[in-house]
Amino acid sequence: MSNNSRCDSQPSRNRILLASYVIVGLFALFAIRLWQLQVLQGKEYGKISMGNMLRIIKIPAPRGIIYDRNGAPLVKNSPYFYASLMPENLKQVNIQYLADILGINAGDIYARTNKKGLSPFEPIKLKEGLTFKEIAAIETRRSDFPGLIIDIDMSREYLYGDIGAHLIGYLGKLNPSQSKNPEFKDVPPEAFIGQWGTELIFDRTLRGIPGERIIEIDALGREIKLLKENPPVKGKDLKLSIDINLQKAAEEAFAGRAGAVVALKPDTGEILGLVSRPSFNPNLFARGVNYSQWVALIQDKKVPMLNRALQSQYPPGSTFKIVTAIAALNEGVVTPDTKVTCTGGITYGKWQFGCWKKGGHGTVSMHRAIVESCDVYFYEVGKRLGIDKIAEYARKLGLGNETGLQMVKERSGLIPDTKWKHEKRNQQWYLGETFNAAIGQGYVATTPMQMAQLMSVVANGGLIYSPVMVKAEGPLQPIASVDIKPHVLDLVRDGLYGVVNEGGGTGGAARSSIAPVGGKTGTAQVVGIRRSSHLLPEKFRDHAWFVAFAPIEKPAIAVCVFVEHGGHGGGAAAPIAKLAIEAYLKNEKLKAEN
Amino acid sequence: MRINRRLVKNFDWGTFLIVILLSVIGIMTIYSATRPLLPHEQPNYHIKQIYWLLLGVTALFFIVGFDYIWLSRFAYPVYAIGIVLLLIVLFAGKIGMGAQRWLSIGPLSFQPSEIFRLMFIIVVSRHFLEINGTMGLTSIIKIFLVFTFIPLIILLKQPDLGTAVILLIMFLSLSIVKGLQKKVVILLIIIGALSIPFIGSIMWEGLKDYQKNRIVAFMEPEADPAGIGYHINQSKIAIGSGGILGKGYLKGTQGPFRFLPEKQTDFIFAVFAEEWGLVGSIFLLLIYLALILRGLDTALKAKDEFGRLLAAGITAMFSTYFFINVGMTLGIMPVVGIPLPFMSYGGTALLSNFIAAGILINIRSRRFELFY
Repeated sequence: MSNNSRCDSQPSRNRILLASYVIVGLFALFAIRLWQLQVLQGKEYGKISMGNMLRIIKIPAPRGIIYDRNGAPLVKNSPYFYASLMPENLKQVNIQYLADILGINAGDIYARTNKKGLSPFEPIKLKEGLTFKEIAAIETRRSDFPGLIIDIDMSREYLYGDIGAHLIGYLGKLNPSQSKNPEFKDVPPEAFIGQWGTELIFDRTLRGIPGERIIEIDALGREIKLLKENPPVKGKDLKLSIDINLQKAAEEAFAGRAGAVVALKPDTGEILGLVSRPSFNPNLFARGVNYSQWVALIQDKKVPMLNRALQSQYPPGSTFKIVTAIAALNEGVVTPDTKVTCTGGITYGKWQFGCWKKGGHGTVSMHRAIVESCDVYFYEVGKRLGIDKIAEYARKLGLGNETGLQMVKERSGLIPDTKWKHEKRNQQWYLGETFNAAIGQGYVATTPMQMAQLMSVVANGGLIYSPVMVKAEGPLQPIASVDIKPHVLDLVRDGLYGVVNEGGGTGGAARSSIAPVGGKTGTAQVVGIRRSSHLLPEKFRDHAWFVAFAPIEKPAIAVCVFVEHGGHGGGAAAPIAKLAIEAYLKNEKLKAEN
Repeated sequence: MRINRRLVKNFDWGTFLIVILLSVIGIMTIYSATRPLLPHEQPNYHIKQIYWLLLGVTALFFIVGFDYIWLSRFAYPVYAIGIVLLLIVLFAGKIGMGAQRWLSIGPLSFQPSEIFRLMFIIVVSRHFLEINGTMGLTSIIKIFLVFTFIPLIILLKQPDLGTAVILLIMFLSLSIVKGLQKKVVILLIIIGALSIPFIGSIMWEGLKDYQKNRIVAFMEPEADPAGIGYHINQSKIAIGSGGILGKGYLKGTQGPFRFLPEKQTDFIFAVFAEEWGLVGSIFLLLIYLALILRGLDTALKAKDEFGRLLAAGITAMFSTYFFINVGMTLGIMPVVGIPLPFMSYGGTALLSNFIAAGILINIRSRRFELFY
């Protein structure tokens, strides 16, 4: 090989030397680039590198438990499983397959995980409340689903279902207006907070303080090292004033009918029971209510989301005679011995005002008029008092105004008088309207909560307490006291005792062997005809009222029962009141014995 | 074989120590990149690499033992075997990383393309000996068609874009060292300039999605940080976060925490730069610079033209791998999946590089010998 000799040709040497200059130049370029990355941008990249592996994970605080007044738990926090997916692994997962197993919509998964600006390593929740079957199906195909995380969280369980649901309430995720509200800025977007009832009103108390875990994670999202942990602080427990036995007995007594019950402790204003039927199951909301269930609840013709104890107002019917009687006796327009003869009705001008008893009550005094609920007697009393006096006493006794329970938007009821009629209707007041008002018909409207408060005032001797939901740990101060002569209240209480316990009384159905009960029936007319209610279709039947307190001597409970389209108060509402009173007093007696 | 006293005396310890140093740094970095974070993980990449290093050193001494003149005698048959291996890979190779590159023999799998690049240098250097003086147009086209075009097509078919590009660069480097006629140089420049857009579009059509993505990512790394730009961004984060002095050995996080993909192979420089900072990185660059400059010096000092071509070709190979790999890691070149010589995890590549280093040492150690 002729050319295989020592080769010193100058051109070849020069080319190699040139190559070395080029190479040194490229090295210099790399060095400059290193300087740029590591010196000029070093701090910035250092931060990004820390952010890559540090995660702050919120640990939800266990929510405080809600108890009834006797310490019975009404809710508990129960664990549940949920599935979430790392957006990073989206492409490796057969989404349709995963959606089929979880029973959700594949498009929904794409929508949630494909949003702009999501960190590829921040898991996105796909489904909550996995069944064990679903977990098993996923676990057996684990390798098909990289980046899928099954984790555990707590959800609220309402132990009594729809019993007391309006009062206890439920949890939900932040709604859009709350998300914008700075007051909720410490609430993580997926967290549940109180959205109704006690859960909403006492949310701050119950919520607790979430903990934090600062961890190092790798790119697969695996936790490598725990750097710091601040444990969560459990929310404070809450003891409500209600007695779940009473609540349950009252709700079950409704048996499908609509209406409300409010039971108060007369000497404190504590709510012993608050019923609104129909109700809803707060467990539906525990992990986020689904849209169709929510629509069904909202559009239900029976309006289960309406709190009838505070948000429905109807003419109180004869229960209002308590107000008329107090006003009349206190004003002295009648004495206990004032007698009126009832022949089944009176005539005023060209109008007839009938008594509910067509045959008439004969000659009655105040006591018998209350016991037998004689309308004609109270027409006469009303005439003597005048509408403005009736209205004055009704308002003094708490009617026509919100009771102030901060729970839902409360209705105020209506106590009409001449001024009201002039201002609102621009008409003069007619005496016939006074007759109607005196027996709780016509314009008069009250809520069950107001009527329970009225009963409480009668029972405790004239003190008005604000209704409260939380068990009182000491004596509570009344917000007002009604200036009524003591013997007037004695007389009225005697009458109410008679309603339940004397022959001819309209409230005999509330008579109890446990304690002497006093009460008053009421019927709110739905249509302007007086006919035996049970003969009418349900939607034309009258609404039934019953207010009561017990025991007579030392009242421990005041209660108002309202049954929509229940017919007569004595038939439909009184038995519910009896069950509620007995459930409470039995339990109190047991406690006293122990 | 007979121990040659003169060979021992003239042994090129410089090159030898440089490649050993690089390999040890490499193994340390591989360990750091793959070190276990959780107790149940027991990666053994560094152990495997140590075995390959021992095999590589053995091969190096074996190569040094024979005069490199022998390589010229077996160049053509060895080249033929290389082509056959590439074809076998193409038709029967394992699918790995979206491309067929691996060939398994029993439990061992290796990448024939890593060995082939050496065979290619040897056969082209050998063939250039047939040509007197500078090369004309006809001879260079002939050599290109016979020795470069065929493997290029096979490699692109695999597809192994990285090795194909390197083959082309090595062919050009060897041709330049051999010497080209002026008109050929001018023609090449014109053809090159004209064909860039043309070849570019053909290449683009023929590229696989992941290859297209890499090029898009290089042009615009911030476009999709979680997707195709992810490699480059994470690499820059690793290097940048190292700062001037580095986070310290075994203190880096980008690699072991897996934010950096291909951490123990293609992106090993980023792992090193994160832990050793600017100071360590410049030091590492200087070691590579020393290897390359010494290789060029070996080419200058080679006792014959075959040695010069061989040394220049091997040095061109090391340089190309180095610049493409580190350039990609630094985010100034497109992501082409090629390893960093002597440092990246990968047995076949390490063995092949040690054989190449052995040839360099062989040439340098025999520079004073007269041919006989």
